[in-house]
Amino acid sequence: MKEPTNRADDFEKALQDRGHQKYVLRLYVAGMTPRSRESISAVKNLCEEHLKGRYEIEVIDIYQHPELAKAQQVIAAPTLVKELPLPLRKFIGRLTDEERILKGLDIQLKD
Amino acid sequence: MGSDDSSAIKLEGQLPKCLTGIQGLDEITGGGLPQGRPTLVCGGPGCGKTLFGMEFLVRGATLHDEPGVFVTFEERPEELAQNVASLGWDLGKLEAGNKLLIEHIQVERSEIEVTGEYDLEGLFIRLGGAVDAIGAKRIVLDTVESLFAALPNELILRSELRRLFRWIKDKGLTAIITGERGDKTLTRYGLEEYVSDCVIDLNVRVKEDISTRRLRIVKYRGSLHGTNEYPFLIGDTGFSVMPITSIGLDYPVSSERVPTGIPRLDTMLDGRGYYQGSSILVSGTAGTGKSSLAAAFAQATCAGGGKCLYFAFEEPVSQIVRNMRSLGLDLDRHVEAGCLKFHAARPTTFGMEMHLLTMFNLVKESAPRTVIIDPISNLSMAGNEDQVKSILTRFVDFLKGRNITTMFTDLTSGKVAGEYTETTISSLMDTWILLRNIETNGERNRALFVLKSRGMEHSNQVREFVLSGKGLELTDAYLGSTGMLMGSARAAQEAREREECVLRRQELQGRQRTLEARRAALEAQLAALRQDLVTMDDELAVVGAEAKAQETALASDRAEMARIRKVD
Repeated sequence: MKEPTNRADDFEKALQDRGHQKYVLRLYVAGMTPRSRESISAVKNLCEEHLKGRYEIEVIDIYQHPELAKAQQVIAAPTLVKELPLPLRKFIGRLTDEERILKGLDIQLKD
Repeated sequence: MGSDDSSAIKLEGQLPKCLTGIQGLDEITGGGLPQGRPTLVCGGPGCGKTLFGMEFLVRGATLHDEPGVFVTFEERPEELAQNVASLGWDLGKLEAGNKLLIEHIQVERSEIEVTGEYDLEGLFIRLGGAVDAIGAKRIVLDTVESLFAALPNELILRSELRRLFRWIKDKGLTAIITGERGDKTLTRYGLEEYVSDCVIDLNVRVKEDISTRRLRIVKYRGSLHGTNEYPFLIGDTGFSVMPITSIGLDYPVSSERVPTGIPRLDTMLDGRGYYQGSSILVSGTAGTGKSSLAAAFAQATCAGGGKCLYFAFEEPVSQIVRNMRSLGLDLDRHVEAGCLKFHAARPTTFGMEMHLLTMFNLVKESAPRTVIIDPISNLSMAGNEDQVKSILTRFVDFLKGRNITTMFTDLTSGKVAGEYTETTISSLMDTWILLRNIETNGERNRALFVLKSRGMEHSNQVREFVLSGKGLELTDAYLGSTGMLMGSARAAQEAREREECVLRRQELQGRQRTLEARRAALEAQLAALRQDLVTMDDELAVVGAEAKAQETALASDRAEMARIRKVD
């Protein structure tokens, strides 16, 4: 098989692109419980810090919109769904474990 | 089974129950699953857990007008619909009629990260929505355990599940929760801890290459229930469970009689044949005419306008029909008229219970007047002796309860001839006809006798059983000074007797003739003597007259003399 010549270049380019990708996030919560509020603020803080200017976030109350929860197969609350960039990811729980979320969101930490 | 079944465990004033509509299950649970509570159905893979749940909903929707929600965590709704289409269940139609709702909950482990505490509110909302949408009374969760694989925090999950089951109770839903069998526990994740009202265990066991599905009620809080393992069948109409233990002896009996198909046999049985609703055993070694006797009975039933169900475990149907034609029994005609129904199967195809279950179902379906099982001894190949006996006992009870006359044929081995059955079931039988091959003078002949026949004055005679193109016939066996003779020996003896009789008659006639001749001779002599007497009398008269004449002559002479001598 013929080996591609520009492998390393492609790789570098992809890495660079990653820093500019746009994030579409949805946070599903069950009512305005303290846990919900805690998770909303946690996500907002995180996005402001790491994804400033290139994220979209929508908070959905599953009591109000059960059909949206059904469509996304959300069964736990709170659930943060990363719709873009692919692959789709779901984070359930209070979203307090920042390191884990960042890793899951595939966000490079600034040094 | 219908509510008339004597095997049902009848209970009054107990906790409310929900009829499942699954055949046989409502009998052993005494009226169904606990109403408004969850029931755990556990078992290994391929035990029929999903089907059990689905049938519960389908029957609920179609028979009891109770809509249901099927929550599937594993299979997709389209797959489910396809899988049960073969059982004649149209899920699409039920869904369209708001009788059923399939809720697919998919949790991908690979997509999920857990980042702290959570609850399953989303699941509750989904379920709540689905239940409210159709006003469901029943719900099936198949299988909630897959959540354990998808969501790592087991502590939270367990408390959420506890909440879920409480929610189900609060909603008053009759629920079935399925669970995969664990190593040492009933379910892999110990669901039985939460669902404590009713637990049903399904399993499949393979013994001697034959697999049998079984169902057991592990527990049923607040209710009496059958505790045994009950075999069940997943057939073309879904589940059927067969209650084993209950042996009802409280069925009404009939004094109606049914012809045996052989006039002479009717005569032997009090002149009127078998009792309707009795059990008849025909036992004998190979080739004694058991099947022929059974076929004659089938023919008689059909000719009398009754329905007959014939279970053939040895021969294919076409072969039976052909063979019986050679005896002048036209079974084809009855098959075409729908009076006679055959069911042929190899005994080794299923386990013993499966056969019985199939027979139960067929009997219920076609409601025959007569059932023939030819032979039962073959069934014992599919189970051990105790099993066979216990199952046949139940079957006999079942049939008697429905006033069906049953004929069992039993092949006994040649070694232990006579009053012995391979399956030791003779005590269950009301009438026992023994067929025997008797070998004499280089030939074998069939003999028939009635060993027992409860409730009638039956013949104690041994009859010769003759099968020929003219049909089945019973003839007297010859009983003479030399013992019992049959077949050609009987014919020869009869001929000899006829000959002797002729000879004797001829001899007597000869003696009679001789005597008559002698009598005639004597009479002739007598006549001659009488003639002599008459002659003698005549002579005597002549002599007398002569003597008188002489005397007169002499007197006159003397007077003359005296005159001459001048006597003075």
